[in-house]
Amino acid sequence: MTERLLTTSKAIAEAIAQEMERDDSVFVMGEDIGAYGGIFGATEGLLQKFGPERVMDTPISEMGFIGAAVGAATEGMRPIVELMFVDFFGAAMDQIYNQMAKIPYMSGGNTKVPMVLMTAIGGSYSDAAQHSQCLYGLFAHTPGIKIVVPSSPYDAKGLMTQAIRDDSPVMFFFHKGVQGLGWMTPNPRATAHVPEESYTIPFGQADVKRQGQDLTILTVSLMVHRSLDAAEKLAEQGISAEVIDLRTLVPLDRETIVNSVKKTHRVLVVDEDYLSYGMSGELTAIVAEEALDYLDAAPKRLAVPDVPIPYSRPMEKYVIPTVDRIVATAKELVES
Amino acid sequence: MALEKETLLNLYRNIVLIRTFEERVGEMYYEDKLPAFDIAAGPIPGEMHLYSGQEAVAAGVCAHLRPDDPVTSTHRPHGHLIAKGVDLNAMMAEIFGKKTGLCQGKGGHMHLFDPATHFGCGGIVGGGIPHAVGAALAIKKRHEDRVAVSFFGEGAANIGAFHESINLAAVWKLPVVFVVEDNLYAISVPKEASTSVRSNAERGAAYGIPAVQVDGQNAVAVYEAAKEAIDRARRGEGPSLIEAICYRFRGHFEGDAEGYLGADEKSTWKEKDPINILGAQLKEQGWLTDAEAEAIQAEMTRRVAAAETFARESPYPAPEEALENLFA
Ligand SMILES: Cc1ncc(C[n+]2csc(CCOP(=O)(O)OP(=O)(O)O)c2C)c(N)n1
Ligand SMILES: [Mg+2]
Repeated sequence: MTERLLTTSKAIAEAIAQEMERDDSVFVMGEDIGAYGGIFGATEGLLQKFGPERVMDTPISEMGFIGAAVGAATEGMRPIVELMFVDFFGAAMDQIYNQMAKIPYMSGGNTKVPMVLMTAIGGSYSDAAQHSQCLYGLFAHTPGIKIVVPSSPYDAKGLMTQAIRDDSPVMFFFHKGVQGLGWMTPNPRATAHVPEESYTIPFGQADVKRQGQDLTILTVSLMVHRSLDAAEKLAEQGISAEVIDLRTLVPLDRETIVNSVKKTHRVLVVDEDYLSYGMSGELTAIVAEEALDYLDAAPKRLAVPDVPIPYSRPMEKYVIPTVDRIVATAKELVES
Repeated sequence: MALEKETLLNLYRNIVLIRTFEERVGEMYYEDKLPAFDIAAGPIPGEMHLYSGQEAVAAGVCAHLRPDDPVTSTHRPHGHLIAKGVDLNAMMAEIFGKKTGLCQGKGGHMHLFDPATHFGCGGIVGGGIPHAVGAALAIKKRHEDRVAVSFFGEGAANIGAFHESINLAAVWKLPVVFVVEDNLYAISVPKEASTSVRSNAERGAAYGIPAVQVDGQNAVAVYEAAKEAIDRARRGEGPSLIEAICYRFRGHFEGDAEGYLGADEKSTWKEKDPINILGAQLKEQGWLTDAEAEAIQAEMTRRVAAAETFARESPYPAPEEALENLFA
């Protein structure tokens, strides 16, 4: 029997459908998530299966409907709400940052907000400054939101199922270049075997995608793919890179990170988010705090160099980490 | 109101120019993207939202504006910027991501900024509406007779920024005109499914400002409503709202399968093409012959072709230029 292959977008939609079948309190809201199936396909087929009562197209009112998801969640529903591009967060920031994230804590734990806010991230297709950001670092920064950033169809399904069952607010960041969409640059890793039956992947467990000896590459999402391609090229040059897909930033699997660095003695963080005050700084700080004595070289970071994403292709390629730049930075690190 | 021949002909020329520009961009957009559509490929990568079908709104409103009247627009900005009188070469070059573009290639089609025509736009729905209010505030503080205009879609009229902005403008009695282009859809979501009132003009009353609905396919109707609203603002009598009912001919963005449309919907609307409507009005007056219409089309085709040549022949920015312009 041949294995069933799914794209990441279909894997997400399947996870949501299975949870909707299992639990009446799960419903979906967002812009163009009904008949259109979500601009990035994450809700494809759900309207046909569950009808407009449970799969609700919203007006362009992000503050209203994300806030409404918070309110419905405090009343025991399990809303999944789509923010079409993470870049649009600003229209709803109070509801995300001050309401969704803080109500569980401010209530002394007496009020739960079991919702999933899913959103599209990433660039490399010339959508410019307001449609290409990642921003998971911004949301990981505020206490109270679990942060999921999958890189594969299999992980997307298991992590989405876990997210829906979680009693805390979860943000689920899917990368447009990982969704397996017919209109994006083809990505072979965006289609893979996904089991039909429901399964979960616990949060806080990184996945060592490739074993290596000479350096550790810490990354998430599309940059996992680019790092794996880079590791392949590095291997041809006799450099053995370990590639770790963190999968969730909150909670974070510190143990896997630290153990890997203790083995390789060198660490490179590859991040499609902005450089300063973000994931790359956090991870290198953890390494410095917990494995400093094991390091043979200062950690290196490859991230968007603190400018918005420019439109024009040569400039966009310059700011978003590419396979070639990962290779070059890894070589510098190993040679230092 | 009987309009002058020159006024009507200028409207017509503007509408034809916008249509010609949009249709040509629509063709070039697919270069090197097919057969398997790849949004990242070709000379014009990324999303593309074209304005074909709605030209009468931009032309009819901007006919009353001076270059120094501020305008804010949306993710579908080309028509407004052309009607405002932009340098077509610099605009096309920006869409191509070239160094000679309006924004040196940093902005692209959704983020066009042109100080010469006091124009700005962006990719966040509703993002430009408060800016028009702020521009009007600056005008009022300086006791000038300029007027700010904000164009946005009926979908944007459901975001908080719209409601806060219109209230501010009303409370502060600012010289700003809100132009809601109701093209029936926000991507796939029809207005009836998203909007609590039948017409966004009804919302003017909620904020105590004058508001009218016009046929957005009819440039003369838009022109007349805009004249009243803009004159009022220029006289210092405060903000108003125009709702223009219109239709986009090319889908939300290029590549939109438009599965959400009714069966004959688009062909019915295409019968109300603003070029034909205004063309017929001109011909009825004896102000436009078929030969003259063809000559206008030929001129606009030439102008767009010149902008295309300029854009194609212009250099790309150097990669490192990505690091420039972050701070003033
Ligand atoms: C705050 C925000 N939410 C959602 C979007 C995604 N989006 C882009 S255009 C659009 C529809 C806009 O509809 P409308 O305002 O009617 O303008 P039209 O496209 O019809 O011209 C949506 C939902 C966005 N860009 N910004
Ligand atoms: Mg619309």
